[in-house]
Amino acid sequence: MQFRSHTLDNGLEIIAEVNPNAFSLATGYFVKTGARDEISPKAGVSHFLEHMVFKGTSRRSAEQVNRELDELGSQSNAYTSEEQTVYYMTVLPENQSRTIDLLTDLMRPALRVEDFETERKVILEEIAMYDDQPPYGAIERAMEEFFGGHPLGIRVLGTAKTVSQLDAEYMRQYHAERYAPDNLCLVAAGAVDFDALIKQAEQLTRSWTPAGHTRKLAMPTVNPHSIHIQHPPAVQQYLVEIGLGPSRRDEKRFASRVLTSVLGDDSGSRIFWELVDNGLADTASLFTQEFQECGLIGAFIVCTPEDLDENWQRFQSIVDQCERDPITNKELVQAKNKICSGIVLGAERPSNRLFTVGNAWTLRNTYETVEEVLQNYSRVTVDDVNLALQGWMKQPRVLVTAGPTETCPLKS
Amino acid sequence: MEQTVYSETFANGLTLLFEPMPWLQSVAFTLLVRSGNCHEPENRLGLAGVCLEMVQRGAGPRDSREIVEALDFLGVERSSSISTFHSIFSTAMIRTALEETLSIYADIVQRPSLLDDDLDDARQVALQELLAIKDDLAHRCLTELKRIRFQQPYGRSAYGSEEGIEAITIDDVQKQFENRFHASGSILSVAGNYDWNDLRNLVQKLFGSWSSKSFETEPDLKVSSTVGHIAEDSAQNYIALAYDCVPYQHPDYYESRGLIGVLSDGMSSRLFTEVREKRGLVYGISASCQSLKDRGSVFCYAGTTNGRAEETLQVTLETIQSLGDGVTEDELARLKSRIKTSLVLEQESCMSRSSQIASDWYYLARVPSRQEVAARVERLSCQSLLNHFNANPPKNWTLVTLGHEKLELPSAI
Repeated sequence: MQFRSHTLDNGLEIIAEVNPNAFSLATGYFVKTGARDEISPKAGVSHFLEHMVFKGTSRRSAEQVNRELDELGSQSNAYTSEEQTVYYMTVLPENQSRTIDLLTDLMRPALRVEDFETERKVILEEIAMYDDQPPYGAIERAMEEFFGGHPLGIRVLGTAKTVSQLDAEYMRQYHAERYAPDNLCLVAAGAVDFDALIKQAEQLTRSWTPAGHTRKLAMPTVNPHSIHIQHPPAVQQYLVEIGLGPSRRDEKRFASRVLTSVLGDDSGSRIFWELVDNGLADTASLFTQEFQECGLIGAFIVCTPEDLDENWQRFQSIVDQCERDPITNKELVQAKNKICSGIVLGAERPSNRLFTVGNAWTLRNTYETVEEVLQNYSRVTVDDVNLALQGWMKQPRVLVTAGPTETCPLKS
Repeated sequence: MEQTVYSETFANGLTLLFEPMPWLQSVAFTLLVRSGNCHEPENRLGLAGVCLEMVQRGAGPRDSREIVEALDFLGVERSSSISTFHSIFSTAMIRTALEETLSIYADIVQRPSLLDDDLDDARQVALQELLAIKDDLAHRCLTELKRIRFQQPYGRSAYGSEEGIEAITIDDVQKQFENRFHASGSILSVAGNYDWNDLRNLVQKLFGSWSSKSFETEPDLKVSSTVGHIAEDSAQNYIALAYDCVPYQHPDYYESRGLIGVLSDGMSSRLFTEVREKRGLVYGISASCQSLKDRGSVFCYAGTTNGRAEETLQVTLETIQSLGDGVTEDELARLKSRIKTSLVLEQESCMSRSSQIASDWYYLARVPSRQEVAARVERLSCQSLLNHFNANPPKNWTLVTLGHEKLELPSAI
């Protein structure tokens, strides 16, 4: 396994974790733009653009793009998050050159008006699909309420209203600013010919010019409060509560992840034994999410509306009880083993390493081997985890419930 | 890369399969036990699931908590589920954890505690899952399709029914375990970095004395062609559609799979192109093949907002029928390329291989090699696909809609 990196004159970064013995090559463009780079009235433009990227270029029609993706036998897709937009393909190594040609061409989409209108319908269907799915927008709403006017509160998909109002001209302008070579990173993992990759990317992106785009980072100001969303057809009640946690770059994130595993993993955690194993709730867990300047630690519960209040009280008392009954070494080892085993199993596939390596480089400017990542966890102590817990307990929170009841079923 | 799959059926009827993948650090196993939802008494729907939950709540020397702690300590990724014919245990782990993990599962399937004190919790977990599924509209639509298409006992939901789960007693659980958890007909498939001789000895030691039983023959499957609707105040209308195809064990299965691939594999597939790309009617649309006993069915699924359901169904049906106009050389080449790539990529995942070889053994009583599958796919031609379509045109349609719009199947199909 060898890490290689190179930056072209136009600012395009190219990195790879080369494993000549791998069966496949996973590669993709990581674009450093996402919902947090949007303005509220234009929410959803990054995600809409992600869809439009597949609708053709000056060299290829939409049909040609789709045909070529399949001709390459690729497992390909794209996603948009708050912080980036990623286009990726997993192919046989013999297809490296054709894959890079296609992916690089896609970064310069035609953005034709007629395609724009058809794709708008697809995105409105996607929004409608999520409107029907639990937890009925509770997570997006919790993010909006938690971050207030901070850009991390902008919804990745946008809303039916903002998507209906977006126009192709605005998207072209957005694309020109955000898809400049100094805002992109070409990432590869697996059986990659790195020298050929550099040569081809250099040739294909020769005419691209940098735009000098930077992202402003700022800590959010949290106003603790709660919101209820009524969704009459729902059977179950959903609760999401979020508070501030460590960022992607914060060394404390490892202790924080171990903490959520000990307390709130979906199996074998303190919350699992008290709420899920006995069937009081369908789901009761803790999760972490990390961004560049801050992160979140969140609670999630799914149960019947009538049980929510009691379950939430139990949930909180399990957390409160940790002061008298701190995390033990046995719990620490169990959680670390679970996390580390998952990392080792996941790392066997280049298609997984692509995201680990790409995210670390584009959002943290670093490369870590699997062994280094495992060491980050092995260094976590019981004291670190208990400190992470104390830190989290002091954080202001935002709570959102969603379900069939007219008002929030929590009594307090 | 040349592939070997070892198999051995022990004296008690347990079949052990092994695919070595020495380039990995991991190993995975799938264990199929013949306790599926088609084996439940009619008034105890959900019993297979509750029994599966109960066997994991204490077995051998360990109680429920000790089992979870031991598996977590070993870093075992795991899940369990119910299918029509089986209780399924799936795991993946670092290779050094296999011996201890297998010994825990040997206790689970042979020596579960099945304590009355644990039943209330297991039943509550099953009822929670049932409630959660009610909020999953796509799942409900497909469950209803299966229910009306395959009827009793094959159209049952893996999650059972509220009445069935509430009626379950500890005697029911013990009886289900005694009747169904035996070595005979069970399949233990292992894939990953391990040694065949060590594995065989280990399995002989842990499972060699597992009990045997001859099972009664399962009833014939009858497929019903009908239409159903669930009224729901939802943002989208959900359309689930099924029709006959040949099953996995049929000699022409790859022709049938090829036709489904032309319809639904990849972004240039016909359904994706016609329904989503050209008309923007849906976000997601898919078709897949499901085999049940000696019958195969193509299941199609689409979701669309109000006022567009009828057009979505019409375009979907027209696209399926367009296979009768033939498949182009380009389409066939793309299909072959996708399958060829997936055959290579599956070597990166011991979990997917352990699950695939178990399924192969259940349907075919053998595991076709990658080379054999590749050669079979290579033999597909535009003409063979067209001939297959003409000889097996879509028939026995079942349609279920969920949402505001109730649809009917056109009389012409």
